[in-house]
Amino acid sequence: MANPTSARVNSNPAKPVPSSSVMAVVAPAVGWFIPGAGHLIQRRWIRGLLLLISIATLFVLGLMMQGHIYKANGGDILDILGFVGDLGTGGLYIATLAMNGGQGAIAFAIADYGTKFMIVAGLLNFIAVADAYHIAIGKKL
Amino acid sequence: MTVQLTHFSAALVFAIAASIVFGITHRDTARDMVRYGLYCFAMFIGGVIVAGWAMWLVRR
Repeated sequence: MANPTSARVNSNPAKPVPSSSVMAVVAPAVGWFIPGAGHLIQRRWIRGLLLLISIATLFVLGLMMQGHIYKANGGDILDILGFVGDLGTGGLYIATLAMNGGQGAIAFAIADYGTKFMIVAGLLNFIAVADAYHIAIGKKL
Repeated sequence: MTVQLTHFSAALVFAIAASIVFGITHRDTARDMVRYGLYCFAMFIGGVIVAGWAMWLVRR
């Protein structure tokens, strides 16, 4: 049975793909910082753009709905998990913090949805990062 | 600038974005990605409608 990984790595053992190991580190890192970029640098243009649009839209809409943005904290477990989720959006989260964006307190129901939008955007980006890694190591086409 | 989405439109936006990411990341071929994305979208929206009617029944 064809195995994409073995086909890519072992088809010619004397000449391994040199950029594979580098890309396995660079693609997830870039993909975390800019959603979809991990796919874009591996020439998966449509996938990368769709991921970028989806994740960025979710995050920006969350901000526009006056969602709460979590900061690094050592308090309540839900706050810590919220921070981890927000952190998944990488550059978007850092830029938002730098511009002092996001609400301190949730004032109404839609703002709570906005908070969840931003957390889910980060979690979706974690999935996209894992996918970029799988592409880089040849596990996925 | 603020946005005021209704509950349903918020669910719709969420379903679209999550379905696109799920479709791309969980399948290998373009055709399978589209099919799985549409499946996820239908499940999200179907779940919203079923949950909405369930809450309506509970409230009565």
